[in-house]
Amino acid sequence: MSSKIRSHVLSNGLTLVAEQMPWLQSAAFSVLLPAGSSYDPQNKRGLGNLLCDMVQRGCGDRDSRQYVEDLDNLGVARGSGITNAHTSFGGAVLADNLFPTLSIFADVVRNPHLPEAQFEEGQMVCYQELRALEDDLGQQTMIGLRRQMYPDPYGRAALGNMESVAALTPQDAQQHFEKLYQPSGTILSVAGNIDWDQLLEQVESLFGDWKAGQVPQVELGEKLSIYEHTQFDSQQTHLGIGFPGVPYSHPDYFRQRGAIGVMSDGMASRLFSEVREKRGLCYTVYASCHTLLDQGSVLCYSGTSADRAQETLDVMIEQLQLLAEGIHEPELKRLKTRIKSALVMQQESSSSRASSIAADWYYLNRVRTLDEVNDIIDGLSCEGINEYLKENPPSNFRVTTTGSKKLEMPVGISADNA
Amino acid sequence: MEFRQTTLNNGLEIVAEVNPNAHSLALAFFVKTGARDETPEIAGVSHFLEHMVFKGTPRRSAEDVNRQLDEMGSQANAFTSEEQTVYYAVVLPEQQQNVVDLLADIMRPSLRVEDFETEKQVILEEIMKYDDQPPFGGHEKCMAAFFGDHPLGNSVLGTIDTVKALTAAQMMEYFKGRYSPHNIALVASGNVDWDALVKQAEECCGNWERFETSRDLSVGPAHQEFKVITKENATQQYLIQLAAAPAAADEDRYAARLLSVILGDDCGSRLYWDLVDPGLSEFASTDSYEFQGTGIYMNYICCGPDQAEQNLAKLAEIVAELEKDGVTQKELDQSKNKVCSHVVLRSESPASRLFSVGSSWIQRGSYRSVADGVKAYRNVDLKEIHAVLEKYPISKCATLAIGPLDQLKSPY
Repeated sequence: MSSKIRSHVLSNGLTLVAEQMPWLQSAAFSVLLPAGSSYDPQNKRGLGNLLCDMVQRGCGDRDSRQYVEDLDNLGVARGSGITNAHTSFGGAVLADNLFPTLSIFADVVRNPHLPEAQFEEGQMVCYQELRALEDDLGQQTMIGLRRQMYPDPYGRAALGNMESVAALTPQDAQQHFEKLYQPSGTILSVAGNIDWDQLLEQVESLFGDWKAGQVPQVELGEKLSIYEHTQFDSQQTHLGIGFPGVPYSHPDYFRQRGAIGVMSDGMASRLFSEVREKRGLCYTVYASCHTLLDQGSVLCYSGTSADRAQETLDVMIEQLQLLAEGIHEPELKRLKTRIKSALVMQQESSSSRASSIAADWYYLNRVRTLDEVNDIIDGLSCEGINEYLKENPPSNFRVTTTGSKKLEMPVGISADNA
Repeated sequence: MEFRQTTLNNGLEIVAEVNPNAHSLALAFFVKTGARDETPEIAGVSHFLEHMVFKGTPRRSAEDVNRQLDEMGSQANAFTSEEQTVYYAVVLPEQQQNVVDLLADIMRPSLRVEDFETEKQVILEEIMKYDDQPPFGGHEKCMAAFFGDHPLGNSVLGTIDTVKALTAAQMMEYFKGRYSPHNIALVASGNVDWDALVKQAEECCGNWERFETSRDLSVGPAHQEFKVITKENATQQYLIQLAAAPAAADEDRYAARLLSVILGDDCGSRLYWDLVDPGLSEFASTDSYEFQGTGIYMNYICCGPDQAEQNLAKLAEIVAELEKDGVTQKELDQSKNKVCSHVVLRSESPASRLFSVGSSWIQRGSYRSVADGVKAYRNVDLKEIHAVLEKYPISKCATLAIGPLDQLKSPY
């Protein structure tokens, strides 16, 4: 794996990190602005999400139509969004079109028009998103679970609610933009068929004179309780189970990742075998490691018909508790092969590398090369993972259900003050 | 990239797009069978069979199949549509022999009765999952409304009742009627050792017995129905429209795809500017899909129930204007730039090429390289776009609304 990773921090605090993948025709990029939904003021939930829409309604010398036309003519496959930590813009393009594409996104984050005349339309887009989320029971369940695992604002959904969005004003958007869209802590990642020196020069020219601001502090609030149920007349009960884990930056992260991989990666993994294959309880079941900067958790999901939901919950908890007794050599061997082959395949996707290196920079302040990750995976052992599991057995579970029947929480699986 | 093709004596076709520089290898069996090959009594059998194929063979238990796919480090899965059932795996090149051995083996499954009953529960859960999830089975219901009794209106998943009633014997009979080697293509893309692939396919698949299969390729009348299905606890209203479009083998399909991008791509299209950008709908799109003998355009809108009537009227107006005045050269150029770039970007992954190469081969019996695909789009001119608009009017559509409303005014 012979890719080359370079990084440079501009004097205003913006980090450029890039991976050269000369065998590709494409180049992909990702801009992470430290302007996530955690920074929405208490009484202005959903502001960051609205702003993410508004900055794309014209920027620089383009109105909103010209903005979309230019990106389409460049052939940019693109997306934008907001998480608790970041507002992000990303895309992939044929490498020759990278610079004009980055120029447009420099205008998005630096010189958006924020047209007052379109503010109501921006709000209406947010109402649509909120209503569509009402119909997505699985996603709602997992948002509920996040609010049990992390204190506000880290568990918070980015969309706010109908009332909070309705109360927002164009001035709120303008002020939020001025405060939060700034280079300090911003990460721009690029991966693909690029020349580093040329890229650095281009990025300096686009972002070098962007004036630095400050990332605001967030105030921590409460978590939701141990069991949350939303009554809904659905065919399936949507079931979320969470327990505390370690963040990506923690030295134990890959030991946790190995243990959870044995639970959920692949068709022979424990949850898939025990819950779906042997008992036929569900179509979907998984567990995954979720990470913030300094906190982590394990989040599990299954969707199952109402009358079998209790059994599904019981089997999943039983399997998670059984994990504390350790994993076996063949399970780890399979997992290693799966992860390592996925690492090789990442080299076929500039988009996936651009996202990975941006995330690495955010969590670690550096980038792990694919070789480095490969070595970490090679270094995992059953003994190491089992030692971790013995010291950190899955416990203090939090459960969310959405469906027609409330479930019985198995006794003794949660502590109140976790 | 080099295209290779051969056919075994029993009719099994083998095709590959070989790219020695790729990091991975993608491989699949494309079976020419799906919902359109089912009778009403066995609705859902193709998809249920797809699940059962992973449940083992005389040489492998279900656990063996799952475990070995993981041991190869593969990304493996399968899917069923109206006219294809596809079993695929993406692996590193050194796993070629193992993955061919396993996928070829499971194509002759045991279909054991005890596995059948357990897996039936999983299928029922899958049906319930889609019933809970937007658009609540609306796509299939609209296909049924548009195609009427024609087999392309059949549901891929089947219903809770048809799946519950299915027996292992019925499935075995269906298998024996459809999984003939000449009805299957072994497709590979990426870093493939072609000679080894053909040699191993001879060994693993050469003894599969050939028998006759047939597919009803008649084209029935399209139905311009207008249907409202009430789902009281939904929040949004979902509007789905289907109209006839060019078929898989029709050269007009390139023009039709560009047209659908101009009308309803998720960004920068006419629907986007009139319905999504102003916040009148959460989502509004047009796509085109091709089958053997026919094709469809699908318009899809998700919006608040109080906006549904207005949006549907607006959609009818946009389509009427499109049919009357056509598209501009600027719109056509923009759609070509977008589509051609995306075609090339997607082609960097062998997994993505696998589905293009495989579908093209089983639908048309032909191969088209990425460069030729791009050229086909580039060559479309305004005259062709307007001819396609005239030949396949999007206004002649079936409409299905699903959501909280119990009635909705038709703009037609």
